[in-house]
Amino acid sequence: MTTTPSPRARVTAVALAAALLAAVAVVYTVRASERNAPAAPDASGITLTTTPGLYVRTDAGTVSVVPTEGGRKAPRTEDGREATRTEDAREATGLACRRFYAAGGTAVCLTTVPGIPPRTQAVVLDSALRPKRTVTFGGTPNRARVSPSGRVISWTVFVSGDSYAGSAFSTRSGILDTRTGYLIKNMETVQLSIDGRRYSAPDVNYWGITFSRDDNRFYATVSTRGRTYLVEGDLKKWTARALRENVECPSLSPDGTRLAYKKRVRTGTTSPWRLHVLDLRTMRDTPLAEARSVDDQAAWLDDATLAYALPGATRDASDVWSVRADGTGTPRLVAHDASSPSMVPPA
Amino acid sequence: MYLAAGRSGPSQPPGPGPGTTARSAAPAGRARVASTVVALGAVSLVTDVSSEMVTAVLPLYLVLGLGLSPLQFGFLDGLYNGLTAFVRLAGGHAADRWRRHRLVAGAGYALSALSRLGLLLAGGSTPALSAALAADRVGKGVRTAPRDALITLNCDERDLGRAFGVHRAMDTTGALLGPLVAFALLWATADAYDAVFVVSFCCGLLGVVVLFAFVPGRDAAAPATTAPGTATPRSTLRLLTVPAFRRVLAAATLLGLVSVGDAFLHLVLQKRLDLDPAFFPLLPLGSAAVYLLLAVPAGRAADRTGRRTPYLLGHLALLGAYVLLLSPLAGLPLLLAVLVLHGAYYAATDGVLMALGGPLIPDGRRAGGLALLQSGQALGRLLASVLFGAAWTLWSMHTALTLAAAALAAALFCARLLLPAALPEPR
Repeated sequence: MTTTPSPRARVTAVALAAALLAAVAVVYTVRASERNAPAAPDASGITLTTTPGLYVRTDAGTVSVVPTEGGRKAPRTEDGREATRTEDAREATGLACRRFYAAGGTAVCLTTVPGIPPRTQAVVLDSALRPKRTVTFGGTPNRARVSPSGRVISWTVFVSGDSYAGSAFSTRSGILDTRTGYLIKNMETVQLSIDGRRYSAPDVNYWGITFSRDDNRFYATVSTRGRTYLVEGDLKKWTARALRENVECPSLSPDGTRLAYKKRVRTGTTSPWRLHVLDLRTMRDTPLAEARSVDDQAAWLDDATLAYALPGATRDASDVWSVRADGTGTPRLVAHDASSPSMVPPA
Repeated sequence: MYLAAGRSGPSQPPGPGPGTTARSAAPAGRARVASTVVALGAVSLVTDVSSEMVTAVLPLYLVLGLGLSPLQFGFLDGLYNGLTAFVRLAGGHAADRWRRHRLVAGAGYALSALSRLGLLLAGGSTPALSAALAADRVGKGVRTAPRDALITLNCDERDLGRAFGVHRAMDTTGALLGPLVAFALLWATADAYDAVFVVSFCCGLLGVVVLFAFVPGRDAAAPATTAPGTATPRSTLRLLTVPAFRRVLAAATLLGLVSVGDAFLHLVLQKRLDLDPAFFPLLPLGSAAVYLLLAVPAGRAADRTGRRTPYLLGHLALLGAYVLLLSPLAGLPLLLAVLVLHGAYYAATDGVLMALGGPLIPDGRRAGGLALLQSGQALGRLLASVLFGAAWTLWSMHTALTLAAAALAAALFCARLLLPAALPEPR
């Protein structure tokens, strides 16, 4: 270094740099907040009973429905002629959710509450999509389900900083019985057995719960010591037992005979999963025609068809696809810029 | 001998000269903290605002914004953390070799700042995100040792404890502000993560500007005990033959090996209190706040009593936190007591270790030597976390904590024997 500027020159230079950088930061932030300003959701008059169809969360963060016409399910996959609905066929519900699911005349909408620390709200909605009950807890929304009867709600959130393993994310799943009001904020207390033996460890994590028609039997994923298991549970007895390994995010078919799930087919982070359907009678599972890696809890459109989200063309975007549940056919795009599919059949 | 010759610093105050032991009482309010130290503190403050705001929102961004699965996040995070030790040694060595501490530290700060633009441009691409996170970590690793070396080279040896106290207090202020700024931004912009990255980039860049404006370059101030270019990896390793340094390194590594990671300590606390997990992220803030308040007093005490005593007492505070967590104490008293002890542990050990080890390293090897010390401690802590996690899974939280407390007590005893009683030794 040859010459050293005077202290005054240095202070001036730093002040100028600070002013410039502050200006950049402020201008960018203001523009970002204008860009991101959420459109005020307005009452749409859409209800689960008057507007059956495929409900999805759009990439704008609101819930829309692709209505079924005259009782005929629009987003079909077989031969698929009438399947793909255009964007204009969508109707906005006015709901803003991170994850949405509807069944049995009840819906659940997971939203985030800004603040320190950020929290999640599970808003239970009646068939007119009016809030009935709100549960608030820590974490980041991930999965949500409503039992076929509409009585039991379940959800999963990611909780950061809660895993003693350090780097891994931890999940927390909750269950709400809307009839009794009974709330399980963290289902890690369930009596778990693996390989027929009682199992307890501090690192168990549950996610992706799905309920059967009786509102008592459920399926979920549990992970512990680096392995994941599919568990079958009993809500009343509050027990769960591991059925098989290496699968995640189960989803029970409407007729209750089959489970769809993502099965880990590759180690590592590149395309690890493939959708499979397990026949609960024969306990044989079938890979589906969707060859891409699906990281979602699939939703049954009917007893023959599944829908799921896949990353879209651009960043932050995803599309909803569907595929036959028996391993035949080809995947079809059913909704652009959408996620969280759930099918509400005509009453 | 390898021991550092007299202390250096642009403003060597009158009074006891080289050879003074740290035990000699420092007259109260004798000298202000060297301006370079305050400048480095300011750099760390704005840089920590920059980095902590990204750290705070990154999990949310990856999962909510990009829809990455926890698995992918775990992978990125592992990468993110695995890089530092090696890079730190390299950064320390480079600073010594070229005698360009400010340049190497500045490169590290600049790299971390630029990594925010990487995050902005990476979009959902996992490789690009990994690269951005790696760049941030490399920057952090590179800058730490030269920065701490600059502190030791720019202030009077007798005031080292206080200097590090001031620096760490400013650093922690930034760390506390970062998440607040980030969440406020997300709130104001309705989840515009890119705004968080841009503001973080601006803060980071400001840190670099302040560094080059207010921290003297070319370690002109320090008398050249070694000519540039003579620092070699071997010469840094030869520090291990300096008995006093070797003892400090061994003690730091040993104590690191029995110091359970913060995440664990807070997790045990959360379980003991049955705290809503939503508040879990606030626990580290509690520890940091105590650290912030105690950093300067602890540093001053270190200058007065010799740095061994606070360093050992700090670990005793950590042991106290373990014992309290094992005790029947519950509720708010437990929460406050554990957070205070944990914050005190940081205040009495983090900067103090640098003040303890710094004077034992010749100026020309200062950054490399401090990097060794930091890496030894970090490696110990990394292993401690792995072992603690294994013990928890294998037995129980209570057993793991009991083992950790016993091990810490034993290690403290050994460290008491290992550490030189007075520093620096007569030359």
